[in-house]
Amino acid sequence: MADIHIAGVTKRYGEKNVLDTFSLEIRDGECFTLLGPSGCGKTVLLRLIAGFEPPDGGVIRIDGETVADPASGLHLPPDQRGLGMVFQDYAVWPHRDVYENVAYPLKLARTEPSVLRERTMRAIHLVGLEGLEKRLPSQLSGGQQQRVALARALVPEPRLLLLDEPLNNLDANLREEMRFEIKSLQKKLGVTILYITHDQEIALGISDRIAVMDEHGRLRQTGAPEEVYERPADDFIFRFLGVANLLPVRREGEALYVQGISAPWRGPVPDKAGDILTAGFRPSDVLLEHDNGDDSAGLPGVVCRASFLGAQMDYLIDIAGTLIRAALPAHECLNRNLLFVEGDACRVMLATAQWFEGEIANRGVL
Amino acid sequence: MGNTSRFGTAQFLFALSVGILVAVVAVPMLLIFFNAFWVNGHFNIADVIRVLRQGETYKALLNSLFLSSGVTVTGTLVGTFFAWLVTRTDLPFKRTMKLLFLVPFMLPAFIGALAWKMLLSPRAGYINRLFMDIFGFDGPIFDIYSYAGIILVETMYLFPFVFIQVSGALERMDPTLEESARISGADLFTITRKITIPLVLPSILSGALLIMLYSMAHFGTVAVLGAETGIYNIPTLIYEKIHQSAGSFDSIRTATVLATVLVIAAAFILWLQNRVLSQGRYQIIAGKSFRPSELKLRGWRVPMFVFCMFYIALTIVLPTATIFMVGGLKTYGLPFVSENMTWNNYKYILFEWDLTRDAIWNSVSLGLIAALVTMFAGVIISYVIVKMKVRGKGFLEFLGMLPFSVPGSVIALGVILAWSGKFGINLYNTVWIILVAYVARYMAFSLKANSAALEQVHDSLVEAARASGATMWQALKDIVIPLVRPGMMAAFFLIFLPALRELTVSVLLYGPTTRTIGVAIYTLNEDGETVYSAALAGIALVIIVTGEILIKRLVAGKNNG
Repeated sequence: MADIHIAGVTKRYGEKNVLDTFSLEIRDGECFTLLGPSGCGKTVLLRLIAGFEPPDGGVIRIDGETVADPASGLHLPPDQRGLGMVFQDYAVWPHRDVYENVAYPLKLARTEPSVLRERTMRAIHLVGLEGLEKRLPSQLSGGQQQRVALARALVPEPRLLLLDEPLNNLDANLREEMRFEIKSLQKKLGVTILYITHDQEIALGISDRIAVMDEHGRLRQTGAPEEVYERPADDFIFRFLGVANLLPVRREGEALYVQGISAPWRGPVPDKAGDILTAGFRPSDVLLEHDNGDDSAGLPGVVCRASFLGAQMDYLIDIAGTLIRAALPAHECLNRNLLFVEGDACRVMLATAQWFEGEIANRGVL
Repeated sequence: MGNTSRFGTAQFLFALSVGILVAVVAVPMLLIFFNAFWVNGHFNIADVIRVLRQGETYKALLNSLFLSSGVTVTGTLVGTFFAWLVTRTDLPFKRTMKLLFLVPFMLPAFIGALAWKMLLSPRAGYINRLFMDIFGFDGPIFDIYSYAGIILVETMYLFPFVFIQVSGALERMDPTLEESARISGADLFTITRKITIPLVLPSILSGALLIMLYSMAHFGTVAVLGAETGIYNIPTLIYEKIHQSAGSFDSIRTATVLATVLVIAAAFILWLQNRVLSQGRYQIIAGKSFRPSELKLRGWRVPMFVFCMFYIALTIVLPTATIFMVGGLKTYGLPFVSENMTWNNYKYILFEWDLTRDAIWNSVSLGLIAALVTMFAGVIISYVIVKMKVRGKGFLEFLGMLPFSVPGSVIALGVILAWSGKFGINLYNTVWIILVAYVARYMAFSLKANSAALEQVHDSLVEAARASGATMWQALKDIVIPLVRPGMMAAFFLIFLPALRELTVSVLLYGPTTRTIGVAIYTLNEDGETVYSAALAGIALVIIVTGEILIKRLVAGKNNG
């Protein structure tokens, strides 16, 4: 119901530029996720859009209306921006019960009492809190408080919904449930959602488009979740979106070699030129076989750690000094007799790989 | 937050906060310093030293130092001993005893002093007369008009400062610390000396400094017991200078110099206390309560209990009873037998005499208005300090710290200098000047209670309201104020109750019709109307204790509901 136009926005705290000429377009009606490590400035951007703080430079437009433009001294206060917001710590008012919390935006808008009641109840129903209207926040679980915050943000039917890590404090099951709920609400209501998180799983699951920021507040890649996940612009994004294995490969003539292994590479063919490359792959991209001395079966490796995680087996494998993680479906391991123990030799193949130029060290895999 | 480019709500609140603090605190303080250091158009330190070296000022300074040091030592000993007794031994009825030891906090020290004067003044005191007339003593057994007398009386009312801090620390101390020392073979005496005392030392010191701060700035006891024999401390000499010399330039200057010394000393003590507390935040003393190991008193159990009861009887029951009994005497000095007793004094004071009826009315209305005004001003100022991002906040924080370190007599003096027509407004001899002084005096309480409450209100609660479409005012009204209401209530009572029994400030500011209860009791006593003074003190005690109990009930009920 609203697009957001952010052009050249700068925000300074003291000497530090948190955002430096930052630009971003968010389309009408999409669920857009801003993904980045903590401290990258994504929450600051959200606060600038909401109007809690003024930018030091640049322009912010919501739905074609300029809401912040320091050059002309324009700063629309948050209450006039027509948005809903859900905070990381819920920010449910402890002295008001569920109904009063949800009804408050409508009350401020001087909604007619019968309409107010009907719309409040509809919002409470929408988030599945019917029957709890008279409860105080202290009598609710974290997940329920989160829903109150969501209902409160949705009830005025805002053109734009800002969500700041709203699922962070929830346990895994609830987080999944709420994720589906937010997604289905967005489809039902058609509201534009800007979602801020550092959790790549939520980001991939919920978004129509994702933007990835780095720790310096720069935008690294924007695109559909599949696009960003499958075709990361660089190794930062690749590493940020999940457990990342990185294996340096060197080109010699026509053939490719992994350092320390005499047999040539038989894995996926690089789509990049250059003599020094790095193959990036997820644990689930790894295929394992028993070592029968046949180099065509894959790279030789040694299992350093084997853990059974229920649905899958998790292996840590040493390939000529480079450690990688492999995740295989547990039933497949059982059926094909691929249960390795520490010290077992194995052969490693890759189903697919991302190629990056240069040699990139494998960090943070273990 | 909000509009930074225009003059919005934030700027308005900031300006209002600065305005209030400048008017009630900063201007009076500056005038005191100005009067003290600015002589004949020059900044003049030499003349300040000349004033300080004058016999009576010099003596008052020494007295303040001597008296407050004495009270600090005795009060700390008494407070620490009783704190240990009710937390770490198997004394009978410990919980009740603990409450009883807090009672002196409720009672105004100057009323206690009055009672002790009636009991132990050298010639007319009932106890002294009892010994002289009946047991044939040559002279009084104890002269309350002395340094020792003043120190004893102040100790009785100030030791709870240490008692509260130390019993709190002893209760929160992890008993395993002592148990492990015991397992290592230390005996109880060694444990106490090597483990327990070092751990609670910060609490002891902090309480001791509070006693010192309070005692140094204390007017009532010294005024009641010291005047006869010419023992003055700083506050009582300021009072003498302002009242006796009818506002001559010289006496006002002396008063401002004394006030300056008092402010500097108070600021130093507070600074010291801050350092002690920040160093003493041992991890070992946790926030939660433990069940500490108890020392078995064995054969000492009953004697200790009797000793505590005797102490309570002597320091609480006896003076209180004396006040009520003397208040019921036909003439002061008569023996307490039924034909000498009458209800007429109480009746006269409550229903007939304008002076005392005015005083009660003045104290109650002043207390209410001061509590309301200070509560609201405090919530606004705390909000700006705790929550808002505005330029110049550091200055406001500094102004907000001032009331904490300014003793009552200094505030009163400053208010006289500022509001006696110097700036075109003359409030002298009206109730308004007392009100202004009360607001300044109690602002610290309000700021403390309100900022503690505001710290609990997370910023996102306000931002959520703004995002819901609330203006800043609506967010304040609907979210912030309801959430800090407990803090505001606390501030109200923290101001109203002490204001009811207040003497130090109002004694410097009262006019013919603007006596407060404290002033009326004090001046009646000065004028030799001892029975009326005692009767009014009795009524004041009833009002104060009833108020305290009602409020405790109210607060307890609130917390349970």
